[in-house]
Order: sequence, then structure tokens, then C-alpha cells
Amino acid sequence: MKHLLSAGDLSREEAVQILDTAEELLSVASRPIKKLPTLRGRTVVNLFFEDSTRTRISFEAAAKRLSADVINFSAKGSSVSKGESLKDTALTLQAMGADAVIVRHHHSGAPHRLAHAQWTKGAVINAGDGTHEHPTQALLDAFTMRRHLGELEGRNVTIVGDVLHSRVARSNALLLHTLGANVTLVAPPTLLPVGVEHWPVETSYNLDTSVEKADVVMMLRVQRERMNASFFPSAREYSRRYGLDTARMNRLPDHAIVMHPGPMNRGMEITADVADHDRSVIVEQVTNGVAVRMAVLYLLLGGAAENDTDTTTEGEA
Amino acid sequence: MAASDDASRADDAPAAARTVLDDRDIARALTRITHEILERNRGSADLLLLGIPTRGVHLARRIAARMSEVEDRKLIAGALDITMYRDDLRLKPARALAHTDIPEDIDDKIVVLVDDVLFSGRTIRAALDALNDIGRPRAVQLAVLVDRGHRELPIRADFVGKNLPTSLVEKVKVRLTESDEVDAVEIRGGFA
Repeated sequence: MKHLLSAGDLSREEAVQILDTAEELLSVASRPIKKLPTLRGRTVVNLFFEDSTRTRISFEAAAKRLSADVINFSAKGSSVSKGESLKDTALTLQAMGADAVIVRHHHSGAPHRLAHAQWTKGAVINAGDGTHEHPTQALLDAFTMRRHLGELEGRNVTIVGDVLHSRVARSNALLLHTLGANVTLVAPPTLLPVGVEHWPVETSYNLDTSVEKADVVMMLRVQRERMNASFFPSAREYSRRYGLDTARMNRLPDHAIVMHPGPMNRGMEITADVADHDRSVIVEQVTNGVAVRMAVLYLLLGGAAENDTDTTTEGEA
Repeated sequence: MAASDDASRADDAPAAARTVLDDRDIARALTRITHEILERNRGSADLLLLGIPTRGVHLARRIAARMSEVEDRKLIAGALDITMYRDDLRLKPARALAHTDIPEDIDDKIVVLVDDVLFSGRTIRAALDALNDIGRPRAVQLAVLVDRGHRELPIRADFVGKNLPTSLVEKVKVRLTESDEVDAVEIRGGFA
């Protein structure tokens, strides 16, 4: 494993290794000195072309807890606003000696391009690309589920809402399938992507029938910034049919947990009562995110550099 | 730990293994180490045993069990994984982490580190760094089942099961029933 571009690239063995490593690293957060010397002298660049609070801070905290040096780059206030291309930005970062580039980009496939075009020698970690993937989010979700439910084999995970625009849903569907869970996507027909029938999931238009057998309900944010057409008649109707309120939550099995990748639209896809309920693990997801990202950084950067001949030759320079 | 790792990787080499300690030798050595630790520290008050994974943890648990009998109170051994503190991380692909379990606060305790083989001393150097990030013990002592020499750092053991003069081409392998099928200390390779 040289890069982390897609949750679908991970074998079950690799995914479990990341989750097991994160399990050990979680305890670092409760120590008096929340730091390990492992990545001392390594440089990690946060390359964010899109707004983000928790993912960027989470990666920054993870890298710093491993003693790496972190350079934050956001498109706003940088030469990108003067028209610099991804390639030139990447070459600049390479010249500064970045060992890992954590990239979030509004275009799907940008991290893949960065990893395979030999613009940078470092490891590339996808922190969300367009409507494509967000693999570390899927890993932290799986990690959170595993801590509450044990092994995920045969568990039922229901992912509800704006699947069409959600990189979280795609990464989760791929990873959870690898880990042996059964994924059901629930969304209005207009918010399911083309080709969803080829995903390793079931789909449904009816939330009420899916909640009763769910071990996990994951609510997705309605992404208003990506809504360039009328996907549903009104926010109120969406909320009635696909929102999670107390009545629906009470129909979940007793052990089931409620998740949300954040940021939440309270009152839209999830009511405030549910978001703040004991069964909601939303705040815990954020804590676990740091441990999972530490695990990813350690496994990509902590050991000897792999011979990268076979992984980089497929990219055209 | 490092030494036994190397040995397990060299297992495919068809070298004759010599058993230098059998199960009864190991049991006697651990009983003696238990008493030495208690004698040196005048009892088990403020003592905390921490094993270094994998086999150091098994040994620490065995010593804790013996100590509980002698002292007539329950003593629990912990585990201290040192992977993230190793100085040779960049020589090999990223390693899996072992479990760290610190049963109680180490501040002002006498921590006894337990490992199977003392060789270069680099594992212990890493363990001291790891302890430093967890707290400030009153003292740190080291107990090992086998000291095979060839130190690369100024580190020594306080309690030794067996001093085993070896040549650098030889591999020392500690096998314990918790991980392996038998209790034995073996030397492989070399023609000494």
C-alpha cells in the first residue's frame, strides 16, 4: 500500500490492519503526552482545495501526534486563486520535500491523478474528491461500528439520504462490503447515482422498512451546495420521508447506533433530539477519526519506502 | 524481542537447534528472578511489571503469578509495545502494533521491564523512551530470561535468567507455551 485513494483498493486484510492499528493508537489520546516520535522529520502536506473543518483538523492532529511536520495549504489565499494548476502546485510541494500529500479536491479523480502522474514522490491520501470517495471517513465509520458491534461480518448497515452527491456513501459501501457487512442505501430515486445497481449494495426508497433490521443507521448530509436541480419537492417533504426523528429511531433494534459524517443539518436529515441522543455516536466518530488517520499515516509513512516501480508506471508523466 | 524475531525468520534455514534451557530450567529461572525482584525492592509495594510484546508479556505474567503467591496479593503484569519508538522502523515495511496495557499509573512506581532476550539493547532503549511518554517512574529495572551479550548501547539487566555467551551468527529463540507449543530456549546456526 503506497497511497490511499479509494476504499475499494483495500483488501480485507489491509482494512483490518488499519482498524487494529487504530485501536492501539486510540489510547494515545488519553495519555498525558499525546505524542509518538514515529514520524519525526517527515513532512505531511494538507492540500485542501475545498472547505473542510473536521477532516483537515483531524489529519493535522493525527500527523502532529506522530511528530510529523504539517504544512497546511488551502486554495483560498494561495496561488491557486491566481490560476495555478494542480500540477504546478504539486511540483512546488514536491520541491519542498513532502513525504505525504493529503488532498481534498472538488473534482473526482484529482488524488488519483496526483498519485499516478509522478508529480509528487510522496504518498497520496484522498481526503475527499468531488462526489467520488472519502476513504478515511469510511475507515473511521467502520472503526466506530466495530467498537460498538464487534465484527462487522453479517451486520446490516443502512445509509440514508443524498447518496448521489456523497463520497462518504460510496467509500462506506465499498469498505463495508469488503468487511462482510450488508449495506442498504435508502434514498429518493432522484438521489441514487446512475449505476448503483453495480454497487455491492441493496437499495430501497422506504426508510421505515429498513430501520427495523438495521444494526447501524448512517444519515447523510443533504448537500445543498451541490444541488443544481430539483431533487425533491421540498425540504419538509424530504425530512418527513427520509429524515431520522425520535419515532423512527425508537423502531431500531436496541443495540443499533446512529451515525452521521457531519456537518449535520439539524432538522433536515436528522432531528436535534436524535443527534444528541445516547444512541448517536456522532461525536465519537470525530475522536475515532484522529486514531484512524494516525493509523493510515503510520502504515503509509512509518516503515521503509516500498519499491514504487509497479505502482507509478501506469501513470503517464 | 528483536532477537527472537530474527530467529523466527531464520527458521527456514536447516540449521540444527540446540536446546539450552528446557521447561524446568525456565521455571526455575523465573522463580529465582521473582525472588530477586522482591528481595531487591523489599517486597512488592509500588512494583509494576511491564512485559515487552510478545514473549516478554508472557514472562511478565508468569513472574506476576509467582509474585502473587509469595506476596499473598494479586499482582497484574502489563504490556508495553515499543514499535512506535524503534530506531529501525525505516528499514522494514510498517510493522503491526502490539497491545499496550498499563494497568495502573506508573508515576512514582518501580517499573520492572521484562523481555525474553537481551541483545543489542535497542529494544530497551525504545522501551525507556516509551515509558518517558507515559509517566515518571521512581526507578526502572530490567529482567530478562536470556542475556546473550553483544550490547550496542550502555544498557544492562538487573535480573538475568541465564547468561548465554553467543556468537553473532547464532540465533537465540525463546519459545513459550503461550505462543509456541513448548517452553524452551534454543540456539540455532553457527558452528561454535
